[in-house]
Order: sequence, then structure tokens, then C-alpha cells
Amino acid sequence: MTDVIIRTENLHKSFGKLEVLKGISTEIRRGEVVSIIGPSGGGKSTFLRCLNLLEEPTAGHVYFEGDDITSKKIDITKYRQRIGMVFQNFNVFPNMTVLENITLAPILEKKIPKKEAEEQAMRLLERVGLSDKRDEYPRKLSGGQKQRLSIVRALAMEPEVMLFDEPTSALDPEMVKEVLNVIRDLTKSGMTTIIVTHEMGFAREISDRVLFISDGIIKEEGSPEIIFTSPRDPATIRFLSMVL
Amino acid sequence: MENLITFFTKMGKLWLKYDNVFLQGLIGTLWISVVTVVLGTVLGTILALMRMGKFKPTSLLAKAYIEVFRGTPALLQLYFFWIGMPKLIPEINDTQSIVTGLVISTAAYIAEIIRAGIGAVDKGQWEAAMSIGLSKKNMMTRVILPQAVKNILPALGNEFISTVKGTSLASTFFVGELMTSQRVVQSATYLALHSLTIVGIIYFVLNFVLSKGLLIIERRLTVSD
Repeated sequence: MTDVIIRTENLHKSFGKLEVLKGISTEIRRGEVVSIIGPSGGGKSTFLRCLNLLEEPTAGHVYFEGDDITSKKIDITKYRQRIGMVFQNFNVFPNMTVLENITLAPILEKKIPKKEAEEQAMRLLERVGLSDKRDEYPRKLSGGQKQRLSIVRALAMEPEVMLFDEPTSALDPEMVKEVLNVIRDLTKSGMTTIIVTHEMGFAREISDRVLFISDGIIKEEGSPEIIFTSPRDPATIRFLSMVL
Repeated sequence: MENLITFFTKMGKLWLKYDNVFLQGLIGTLWISVVTVVLGTVLGTILALMRMGKFKPTSLLAKAYIEVFRGTPALLQLYFFWIGMPKLIPEINDTQSIVTGLVISTAAYIAEIIRAGIGAVDKGQWEAAMSIGLSKKNMMTRVILPQAVKNILPALGNEFISTVKGTSLASTFFVGELMTSQRVVQSATYLALHSLTIVGIIYFVLNFVLSKGLLIIERRLTVSD
């Protein structure tokens, strides 16, 4: 059991009267790449956002390496530092340069010396092909570049898990590939990854496991081969017939 | 035409004779404005953060404060402070009571400006700051407030100009500032319109300089857009 990094137990989330998550229990193992697919409004993003408590579950628990992070007693900030997240709308900080975006949290929260943080940031920028943008402000970057920056910003904290919330949905088509390439490289390097995506081909290619979430529950899960070639749940079959 | 010339000649003479009274009033207006703007901004920021905070009692307290001081006339409030403050603190003088009143009244408006400015920062910025594990303090000081300042500044500039004009209410209580100087000169000379024109010009120049200065700061801050 030591290789389980995140475990959710009967996760519920309601927004007012609308129940978005209706009891999700699952385990993510260290090094695993998990894709979450399903129809819009089915609870995929909400589930992902519960994993670092951007959404507070109405009921149920999230365990990170065995610690209940839904507990009021823990300092969630410390756990969020170990869980990277990438958003659909990038959310890079417009008031900082590329380099400052990346080094902000390592310097302030991990107390890494500025010079060291900048060296590490430059290594990461090189990996995603943005090292020449180090002193630019985000307004000068394309969507794809902003998203690569936001990935690097998360990686700079050396997280143990990466959460991707529809990372290519807000991108122009010609920029999707550059972002997917970065995510693919990351999964190959062994990063535990959970990704909510509408890129079915990509999900099939990179995942160890696919979760089909609809109506607030995991309707079906399994290896990409099983989910994409021989799904059993009627909802999965209907969804895949529409998107593939 | 002749009337106009006599008017301005008299006004000029009035200025030459009472220039130090007007200048003293100007000094009063300046220091009261600076104190009110600075302390009002500090108190307003605290109120805004209290109001937006998750802790219910302080949030409600801030809300009540803002509603009360925005919902009643400033002059009425100043009367309260003028009469009430000495009862609480016997050593306090009129000027101190009135300045306290001005600060407290202005803070209510500034709190709302700051709250709106912070509220206008994209929700995604908060989430991104949280997701990389920034502490609350670092999130506010490094990510949210620097972006909020750009939203806040134009409205805050307006409020500063109102504040400068609002200090004239202090003349009701004979606290040393421009309008009080005008009253002094008028009662000594019976030249009401002439002295009013003089202080009017001083107020106008003061606020004109202030608004130009604020515009320059605004432009500087929006450089990264």
C-alpha cells in the first residue's frame, strides 16, 4: 500500500442544491498516469480540484500519502506545495516576468536562495523551449507559451503529483501539440499525473488508467485499451461514440 | 466690465493684505488632507481585509462600519466627533477630534474601493497562487494586491480629491484650514465673494496638481499591460 500517493474516499461536493460529486473513491499510485474523461458538467474538473482542495469537499476524504488533507487540522499550504496544478486558462501571473513567475514560490516558501532558484528555473525553461523568454512579461507570450510557463511554474516546486485541468482546451489548435509534448515528456520521466482532458487520442496514448466520470461518479475505469475499445457502461459507450 | 476690474483689483489687494492668513489656511488644508488620506487608506485597507475575511464577527463589524459611515452625512459625523471625542478623551482638542472624524469617515469609502479592486482580480490568480502553495500573506502581497492596485488607483484618486475638498467641513468648527481662513478674512473685511474666489482658486490648483500627479502614477503602474 505504500505506493498509493492519493486516495479519495466517498468524495461528495455540492454547489448549493446541485450535487456535482456523488461519492468518488479511488486510488492513485506513485508514477501512475491517470486520464479523466467524460461529458461536460459530469464532475471531472470538480473532482480534480478537490485533490488539492481548491474545492472543499462537502463530504468524504482526500488522503495524500496517508494524511487526511480534508482535515481542518492540517496546513493545506504545505501539501499544495507537493501537488502541482495546471489550469485551462493558464493563470500565469501578469505582474511578473517569466522568471519571477517560476521562482516566486520556491524562493518564498521553500527558502531556496534566489540564484539557485533562477538556475533551476532556467533548466526547466530550457526543457520546454522558453529560455529566451526569461525576462518577458506574460502578455508577450502566446497561449501555448503561457501554458508551458504555467507547467514550469508548477514543476519548480518539485511536486510529487501533477494535476492538469483541461490544459489544452483554451489553446488555438496549432498550439495544442507543443503543450501535449511537454506533458508527454513529463509522464515519461515518471511523474505521477492526473489529467482531465478532451484529447482522447492523447489520453489513450499516455495513460496507465482511464477514469470515465459522469453524473458525479466514476462510471467506468480501466486501461485505455479496455475503455476505448470495449467499454461496457452504456454512458461510456454513448460518450465515446460522440467524441471519437 | 468696470465692475469686473474693481472686483479683481479688490481681490488682489485683499490677497496682498491677508496672504499669510490664506497661506496658513492652505498649510492647514494640506496637513489635514495628507493625514486623512494616509490614515484613511491604512484604516480602509484593514477594513476591506476584515470585510473580505472568513471570520464572521470582524467581517460583520467592518460591514456595519462601512454602511453607517457611508450612509450618514459627513458633517453630521463631524458634529458627533466634535462633541463626543472630548467626552471620551478629555485632553483632545477640536482639531484632533475633527481630523479623527475625517479619517474615520474617509476610511469607509476607501474600504469599499479597495474591496472592489481586490474583487476584480481574476479568480484564477487566487487559485494559481494557492495551487503552488503560497501562504496567504505572500499570495496577497505578491500576487493579488499588486494587480488590485491597478484597479484601485483611479477610484482612489477620485476619493483623494474628494477628501481634500471634504476637509473644508472642518471650518464649521473653526479648525485651521482654507475655508476657516476665508471666514476670518470675510468677517474682517466683509468681502465675501473676493475671499471665496481666492480660496476657490487655491483649492482648484491644489486638486489640479493632485490629479495630474495621480495620472502619472497610474500610467507608470500600467506599464506591464
